[in-house]
Amino acid sequence: MGLFVAQLLTGLANAAALFLVASGLSLIFGVTRIVNFSHGSFYMLGAFIGYSLMQVLPGAIGFWGSILLAGLAVGLIGVVVELLVLRPVYKAPELFQLVATFGVILVIQDLALMIWGAEDVLGPRAPGLKGIVRIMGEPVPKFDLALIAITPFVLFALWYLISRTRVGVLVRAATQDREMVGALGVNQSWLFTGVFFLGAALAGLGGAIQLPKGGADLLMDFNILASIFVVVVIGGMGSLPGAYIAAVLISVLNVFGVAYIPQSTLVLMFVVMAVVLTVRPYGLLGREEVAGEHGQVGEPDKPIKPAGWMARIIVLIFLVALGFLPFVAEPFFTILATDVIVFCLFAASLHFILGLGGLVSFGHAAYFGGGAYVAALLVNYANSPMELAFLLAPIGAGLLAVIIGWLCLRLSGVYFAMLTLALAQLVWSLVFQWDEFTGGDDGLVDIWPSAYLSDSTAYFYFTMVFGIGGILLLRHMAHTPFGYALRASRDSVRQAEATGINTKRVQWVAFSIAGAFAGLAGGLFVFSKGSIFPVELEIAKSFDGLIVVFLGGVKTLSGGVVGAAALTLVQDYITRFEYWRLALGLLIIAVVIIAPKGIVGSINALFRYRFTRGGDEVKE
Amino acid sequence: MSAVLDVSNLSKSFGGIDAVSNVSFSVAKAELLALIGPNGAGKTTCFNMLMGQTKPTSGTVKLNGETITGMQPRKVWRKGIGRTFQITGTYASMTVVENVQMALLSHHKRLFDLRAYAHKQYKSEALALLELVGMQDQSERACAVLAYGDLKRLELAIALTHDPILLLMDEPTAGMAPKERIALMQLTADIVEQRQISALFTEHDMDVVFAHAHRVMVLNRGELIANGSVEEVRNNAQVQEVYLGGGSLYHDEEQETRA
Repeated sequence: MGLFVAQLLTGLANAAALFLVASGLSLIFGVTRIVNFSHGSFYMLGAFIGYSLMQVLPGAIGFWGSILLAGLAVGLIGVVVELLVLRPVYKAPELFQLVATFGVILVIQDLALMIWGAEDVLGPRAPGLKGIVRIMGEPVPKFDLALIAITPFVLFALWYLISRTRVGVLVRAATQDREMVGALGVNQSWLFTGVFFLGAALAGLGGAIQLPKGGADLLMDFNILASIFVVVVIGGMGSLPGAYIAAVLISVLNVFGVAYIPQSTLVLMFVVMAVVLTVRPYGLLGREEVAGEHGQVGEPDKPIKPAGWMARIIVLIFLVALGFLPFVAEPFFTILATDVIVFCLFAASLHFILGLGGLVSFGHAAYFGGGAYVAALLVNYANSPMELAFLLAPIGAGLLAVIIGWLCLRLSGVYFAMLTLALAQLVWSLVFQWDEFTGGDDGLVDIWPSAYLSDSTAYFYFTMVFGIGGILLLRHMAHTPFGYALRASRDSVRQAEATGINTKRVQWVAFSIAGAFAGLAGGLFVFSKGSIFPVELEIAKSFDGLIVVFLGGVKTLSGGVVGAAALTLVQDYITRFEYWRLALGLLIIAVVIIAPKGIVGSINALFRYRFTRGGDEVKE
Repeated sequence: MSAVLDVSNLSKSFGGIDAVSNVSFSVAKAELLALIGPNGAGKTTCFNMLMGQTKPTSGTVKLNGETITGMQPRKVWRKGIGRTFQITGTYASMTVVENVQMALLSHHKRLFDLRAYAHKQYKSEALALLELVGMQDQSERACAVLAYGDLKRLELAIALTHDPILLLMDEPTAGMAPKERIALMQLTADIVEQRQISALFTEHDMDVVFAHAHRVMVLNRGELIANGSVEEVRNNAQVQEVYLGGGSLYHDEEQETRA
């Protein structure tokens, strides 16, 4: 019993930081509609800045003062990010901003590496709270009790700010209809900046306050990201009490998980989330998101037409030229080209649902990695021939997408996105923790293609056939009645349903097709590398996909492929430098600001601006 | 003449507020029926219950004798009801003609076709429908750049794709110039006449209603207070009072002319 209580208290104490960070994310999303991927980076900065301050400020006042100052500092960093990176792109298409915040993650990662080095730092213990208290015979750190006591006050203060003050009224009004708030004379941009300050400061506080328990390291940004998304979604978007309850629920479960079923701690969180969302699709205390409540940002897509003969000939010439690559270039370039094609197929499959369907999946890596693992497991355990394993990769990934799609498509908008993320993480944690079967962190190795494909040139042609074939097939589907039905379901659900289209079924089929093609890319990937590791299922992989689709241009057919090719090539070159993340991050931010329609979209717009006079298009 | 649509005791309450209560009426074949009433009378809620966008609290809706109450809109559409919306909902990323082709593809159950080029399917049928509503010259424009009145006409073309037995038109002429309004209602009346389909529409412009409707129903605070010919409704004292703004001025003038 004593142990049980002690564990409960540990869970409650762990909830403190989680709640602070998650409430910041929730606030920022609620008002600005930006899914701030860099929120974990703010948390990490809070920890590092707090650590540095604690080195110079003495005593208890210094300790708590450092935490507050860290929050303030991170809040100001948040303001800088908002002003420099996000303000120029608020008018960009929906969710484009998340690409910018991804750039911020990379920049902050390298800046933290430069300033604090690669070593993990141990947080100092809180002066005056260093000891333990025995509760029912079990030791409980005094600091934990302090955290448990502080959190409800923070919750109350935030709740008071949001629901009882004038600022809170404005924030809530902006959450519901920011255009109207602007029309009523409120300076929207400063409201956004203010909210960003508050949200970032909360993340910074969360990072600093957990120092005595967890210290600071360079991986904490991504490590907390999945957890805070889960907390926000379980609690209900925009609900502070909900975020608190969810933070407690997740933290307590985690502590008990570690104690009783250590092999499934990671899985547990996502199972809880899946269960909660099955019963309450909008979270414990969340409201249903009214469709069209926030309106579409940016202009609608342009009508599409299949490529003309000119474009076809150009593509054909390009492909023939690509086919000669192994004869003219070093083997290194053949392998690089193989990687590029595989990633392009992955991006094209994501673009299929994201661009045409308007379904923002944050967990597309699950199908890429899923397909790769299906093939690898078959080879590893069933000793199946490469051809069979390769064939079953897209089928397995497609089936996974059928199941996950069915669960997620009951939701829409950002809830859908979050649930795809959570379920993808569930797949990742299964693979990561099921050592005996999947090899866990060590992955599965020795997954080589059949002898006739063992040469890298042969495999390059194999990849060309299936990779580029897959991309062309996906592209063709965009022009078929099914592709049109998918776009119809995105453009106007009401009209589509009123003319006989079962929009959910169309989207479900599209989601499954996209999953299967991602699995095909995964199959190509695993046999080109000869091994597979859980990293291919991680959030970072899913984000890579999102980044390239948005960077390439979500509203253009070739956006995903162009973005993927560009990123892989740039990354290949840039990773030779020490601080390549900084450079890449800045590059991404620059592209986002200079070309808010994506690479292809902006090139198209430029051409149209140059060469058309009059007519519809100039109306932009 | 048997009724195409038969509505009995249809009610809807939203959290204690009766938006529509006990509405019963029927629509005959080839009838152009107007449903009028002040803002908030429950007209759109009525429409939403007929086509399934809203589930009624009680009551039944029958189409050609078959109960369709609470059926999903896409199923009601397949039973033969076409609808235009008060706030238009078209596919902004498609051209005008593609919007119509999309509905035709749905009608021919080819939504899951993964081979053919969609923009080549049923194009002549789509163009014929656009010609009917006077939109053929704009068929290749992007839907996103259309004027509001043109979107309304496009919606009418879409609603006609599956040869409906009943058209539901929610404020079909809103956002149009007076001349356009008359023209569109004339067009609707012609379609009703030629194709022998029925149409139920809501409208705020009384000139349009009185000029074209075969019969008029008046909804006030969720209740049907009048149902009859244009003349009957025009002279109904209760209608004048609740709908035509107290009606005293109107009434006095009429008294004077009679005297």
